[in-house]
Amino acid sequence: MKRSAYRFRLYVAGDAQNSTRALANLGAFCRTHIPGRCEIEVVDVFREPKRALADRVFMTPTLIKLYPRPVRRIVGTLSQPENLMEAIGLEVVLA
Amino acid sequence: MMDANRINPRKSVKAPVKAPTGILGFDEITGGGLPRARTTLLVGGPGSGKTIFSLQFLVHGARHGKEPGIFVAFEEASERIESNAESFGWNMRQLRRDGKLYFLDAQPMADLVQSGTFDLSGMLAALGAQVAQMKAKRIVFDALDVVLALLPDEASKRREVYRLHEWLLAHGLTGLITAKSGGDEASSVGEQTFGFMQFMVDCAVMLCHGVVLGVSQRNLRVQKYRGTAFDENESPFLIGPTGLEVATAPTLGIEHAKVSNERISSGVARLDTMLGGGFYRGSAILVTGFPGTAKTTLSGAFAEAACLRGEQTLFVSFDSDVNEVVRDLGSVGIHLGPHVKSGVLRMASARTITGSAETYLVRIKSLAKTHKARCLVIDPVSTWSKSGSDQAAHSVAERLIGWTKANGITMLCTSLLDEIASQTEGGSSLQISTLADAWIHLSYVVQAGERNRGLSIIKSRGTAHSNQVRELILSDTGVTLTDTYTAGGEVLMGTLRWEKESAERVAHEVTEVATKLKRVRLDAEEAELEVRVKSLMVELEAKQVEKALLARTTEIQKRELSKGRTRMGELRGADVVPPK
Repeated sequence: MKRSAYRFRLYVAGDAQNSTRALANLGAFCRTHIPGRCEIEVVDVFREPKRALADRVFMTPTLIKLYPRPVRRIVGTLSQPENLMEAIGLEVVLA
Repeated sequence: MMDANRINPRKSVKAPVKAPTGILGFDEITGGGLPRARTTLLVGGPGSGKTIFSLQFLVHGARHGKEPGIFVAFEEASERIESNAESFGWNMRQLRRDGKLYFLDAQPMADLVQSGTFDLSGMLAALGAQVAQMKAKRIVFDALDVVLALLPDEASKRREVYRLHEWLLAHGLTGLITAKSGGDEASSVGEQTFGFMQFMVDCAVMLCHGVVLGVSQRNLRVQKYRGTAFDENESPFLIGPTGLEVATAPTLGIEHAKVSNERISSGVARLDTMLGGGFYRGSAILVTGFPGTAKTTLSGAFAEAACLRGEQTLFVSFDSDVNEVVRDLGSVGIHLGPHVKSGVLRMASARTITGSAETYLVRIKSLAKTHKARCLVIDPVSTWSKSGSDQAAHSVAERLIGWTKANGITMLCTSLLDEIASQTEGGSSLQISTLADAWIHLSYVVQAGERNRGLSIIKSRGTAHSNQVRELILSDTGVTLTDTYTAGGEVLMGTLRWEKESAERVAHEVTEVATKLKRVRLDAEEAELEVRVKSLMVELEAKQVEKALLARTTEIQKRELSKGRTRMGELRGADVVPPK
């Protein structure tokens, strides 16, 4: 099976506004910049609090970029695609 | 999906309503500790002791109250916190292994990228699970300001604080939130957020760590405590070997003093007499006086007497080097050196500027404990007010007296009076005179170009004592007290006393001689009179004899005469009856 070029884990707090917004922003980002090459795992801290503790996720939403290395964390609604691109190591494509 | 933050509060909270912190003094001030199942805000500058306060609160609950606790660290790694607190002997590692303590490292990661808004619900959800698992009753959010600083605006900061508060209430946890104040940090937290937090919480405690005249000084103040009476004053506190300790005014009856009827010597025989037998064992004695009035000498005499009785003694000298004290006392016949050598006497000197009054209290207590001191000298205790505020020094002095009494230690402390500030006797800056059992005041009497030392007992609880001012004389053989002369309402000392004494001696001698002389003279007069009486008697006798002789001669003549006339008449033949 072909491994995705980008793997993300997004911690959300149920259907809290910030969380749903982050999920939407991440989806849009992937579709625009890295279509078909990303894998997103969504973890709800209310359902899996122990995982949040283990991953030291305290603020929601938190996006963890697992691959490619290094692991990076982005906290917030992911409303600014530029710093998301920078964080995941993509060249900022100037319009 | 149901929001886990909105669970209904647990059934009404059971008594007791306060959660003891185990912090000495704090539980007294607050009448039992922090509000149970409510939130307390602990605010203080960097290094003011917030973390230690919080840890002590958790450790106490975990160990004594069967209340497991969680520590959420926003600023420092939990391993660091744990190793920093190692020295207090709380054995947190064991508590952690037993599942009674849980540390959560929640510092924002250094490489964290922010993109848009976020909230704390993730952490709270995770913590909720942990709380349920270990049945936690206490929780600390240490340095919440660090997380709040990440939030973009005032509104979101408030929202998160509110969320946290609601969560604490919902879980019935006794919560403690710490936040930094003062310095540059305050601006990052925002005064408004603080104000809001203080308004929201049930209890607010301020810790203050300042430097007063170069001396570190810690103060604690309960700013607010809903639904309870509390001590609103600022109380000094210290970080001692077992954690935080808040200085509180001792409430009578809390520390039961061991009352003794035994008298012990002051080291000056005459003073013992004045006190009606010496100091009571276990009492607190205060010696006040201006500089150079022999306070240290009296302390030394007391210490020497204690050592000669074989009692372990601790002599704490502020401002003076120990060796200097031993040397100086040697010049007035008080020899402490041998006792230091034999181990009976422990001398310690402390430079006033190296710590606050609280620090000294802790040091003196531990020194006295390890030395098993029965007698304690602190010379002078007044330096404490230099090392911080008078109030702090006073409270420390109070606690020290409370402690020595509870342990049956006889304490003599001296207090230096500021010559300018207090010309009247008694104005001890620490006002510990009210706490002391015996108060000896040393003063100067300046007369005839001389300065002489006077000693008087201002008070001595439970003993009859002399009310006279005595002159204190230092010589190479020791300390003696002499009667002072009172002349025309003035107390005479030194040369004047000596002059008076010798004048009286001369006067006495003169009178004695005069009396002798007079007696001799009278004797002579008496003898003379006696002689005169004798000669007169003799003369009288002679006169009487003479008189008797005269009478007889006259009689004889008369008789001879009449005999002769008759004979002549016969011879002449004269008439028998003479013619008419």
